Amino acid sequence: MSNDAIDAVFEAGDPAFIPYLVAGDPDYESSLAYVEALDRGGADIIELGLPFSEPIAEGSTIQDAIVRSLEAGMTPERFFDFVGDLDVEAPLVCMTYYNLVYQYGQQRGPRDFVERAASAGISGLVIPDLPAEEADPLRAACDEHDLDLVFIVAPTTEGERLTRMMDRVSGYVYVQARLGTTGARDDVSDQTDESLARLADWDVPKAVGFGIKTGEHAERIVSAGADGIIVGSALVDIVAAGAANDEPIEAVADRLESKARELTDGAVRGLTSAPDADT
Amino acid sequence: MSDETGTFGGYGGRHVPDALKAPLEQLTEAFEEIALSDEFQTEFRDRLAEYAGRPTPLYHAKRLSVEYGADIYLKREDLLHGGAHKLNNTLGQGLLAKKAGKDRLIAETGAGQHGTATAMVGAMLDLDTEIYMGEKDVKRQRMNVFRMRLMGAEVNEVTRGGEGLADAVDAALEDFAKNVEDTHYLVGSVVGPDPFPRMVRAFQSVIGDEAREQIRDRIGELPDAAVACVGGGSNAIGLFDAFREDDVAFYGAEGGGEGADSDRHAAPLADGEDGVLHGMKTRVIDDDTDVHSVSAGLDYPGVGPEHAMFQAVGRCDYRGITDEEALDAFKELSMLEGIIPALETSHGLALAKQIADDHDTILVNLSGRGDKDMETAAEQFDLT
Ligand SMILES: Cc1ncc(COP(=O)(O)O)c(C=O)c1O
Repeated sequence: MSNDAIDAVFEAGDPAFIPYLVAGDPDYESSLAYVEALDRGGADIIELGLPFSEPIAEGSTIQDAIVRSLEAGMTPERFFDFVGDLDVEAPLVCMTYYNLVYQYGQQRGPRDFVERAASAGISGLVIPDLPAEEADPLRAACDEHDLDLVFIVAPTTEGERLTRMMDRVSGYVYVQARLGTTGARDDVSDQTDESLARLADWDVPKAVGFGIKTGEHAERIVSAGADGIIVGSALVDIVAAGAANDEPIEAVADRLESKARELTDGAVRGLTSAPDADT
Repeated sequence: MSDETGTFGGYGGRHVPDALKAPLEQLTEAFEEIALSDEFQTEFRDRLAEYAGRPTPLYHAKRLSVEYGADIYLKREDLLHGGAHKLNNTLGQGLLAKKAGKDRLIAETGAGQHGTATAMVGAMLDLDTEIYMGEKDVKRQRMNVFRMRLMGAEVNEVTRGGEGLADAVDAALEDFAKNVEDTHYLVGSVVGPDPFPRMVRAFQSVIGDEAREQIRDRIGELPDAAVACVGGGSNAIGLFDAFREDDVAFYGAEGGGEGADSDRHAAPLADGEDGVLHGMKTRVIDDDTDVHSVSAGLDYPGVGPEHAMFQAVGRCDYRGITDEEALDAFKELSMLEGIIPALETSHGLALAKQIADDHDTILVNLSGRGDKDMETAAEQFDLT
């Protein structure tokens, strides 16, 4: 029912650092180097965005990254090549929108996509706009190919929707720290504590995302009880700046690697400063 | 309220990130409890009459009928305040937003008609109003940009992607996700996640309700066919809804661009595939097609889910009308009847002409007037 590589990450005990980048941003070759830099910097799991032209409710940082990647020619097929070309240790989770999953391959529905993702070496999927009525076919296809299906729980997710996710999630749950679209923020919301408390009885690890930007944020979130931190926009910002200034790949990769170190170290510090260190 | 409702034969639904589900559930509740109440409906009807100018007339276009070879009746939504059917919907949603305690409206717009109708309601109801419009459309529908600004709305030019209607929707959704607490996203057509398609239909169905009575009074029977242009599909659903169970053939005119068999069009029903877009499962144009129509209001890669269902079950015949055919119809109505239609609307007229051999009486939704398109027309027809 779940993916061994992802289970192993959380069983190891340290808080998981889970960075996100859009695959192919700003182009295929640079993006390979950037994702590998995050791996060297301590990534435990890597979320790779497969770009879709109409991402619903993404912040402008990630929308712009999606546009750069699409303009450089990214497609689902090239994405799977990209995954094959990557040389990384961390298991990969594909984050994309349901349209691409649904339309991929010969038959409509999620099966072809999941099969192809699994054969390319993907360990899990996050589909933010997955509607309730499509969750079961996707869950079944993921089970068949040992893929995790990660759900995003918003601060406003309650009742039936929350239960439905709890029943279907595997790998880890993505806890959205606050409302709004993705995008790096300077503050880390108190909603985190509340959200974690609501999910206390879920038996999957809890990774918190949305707005984490610095090692200190990471430390606070982990000390509040998170099993992992998800960081997207703060890293995409580095890629965007590199693209805007035409910087050499190595320089951008170095900056990503040291940002990754800062975040990993912050997360580890959070574990030791946690009031209750066994969560 | 479960989120499985709001599907149309498998199309539609609520394909949105979970953070947007709660506000959509609240909106659904407000719609079902407030907007469908007698009290609200009375107020809505009053404003439609006093502010918007309803009922709009039904006009028997005699010279056009001779030219087309069938009796053509025009439902004159072009005479509604603002110049298009859009105000029916913005009045309904605006009143609902006000009652639900929102203090800010946002909207996407293509042709600028929906943005203008939103700006009107924002001014009248004293709600802050922000409009998202693709840069390409800001250029080709400038008059509407001026109108929106004059009425106090902020107009944001959207420069990403294809700079058109779909990109304006993306930008509005981003804003909505950030500001759900105080903001109502006033969706402009029967598109997007549930409850928008059924809510916008409820507010637009006044078109068909009136037209059904008017044509019966006039000719003692129902028309053989009803025709409308289809961007997202709100003026079409607004017309069709009253005739759904009747023996009236439905026709929908999509933006055929350079031809539905070309790779530049906006006709996902005539030539597209199933997909998921802007929170709904529906028909979308396929990957290797560039979305294009001469009319900004039809220049959209998807379509309302109920139309996808109508197509699947064969209830409505959807055809792509090319830019050229639409421009011909635009000129023809202007010359023969002294009515300048919107370019969107002209697609419906061109389709009525195509089917005139098969039907004796045809009801066409004249969804809007063409003042906003005069710059395009001046170029096309050498009017300077
Ligand atoms: C006059 C007019 N007709 C039709 C449309 C298309 O929208 P819908 O298909 O929702 O009626 C527009 C959109 O801007 C319009 O301005």
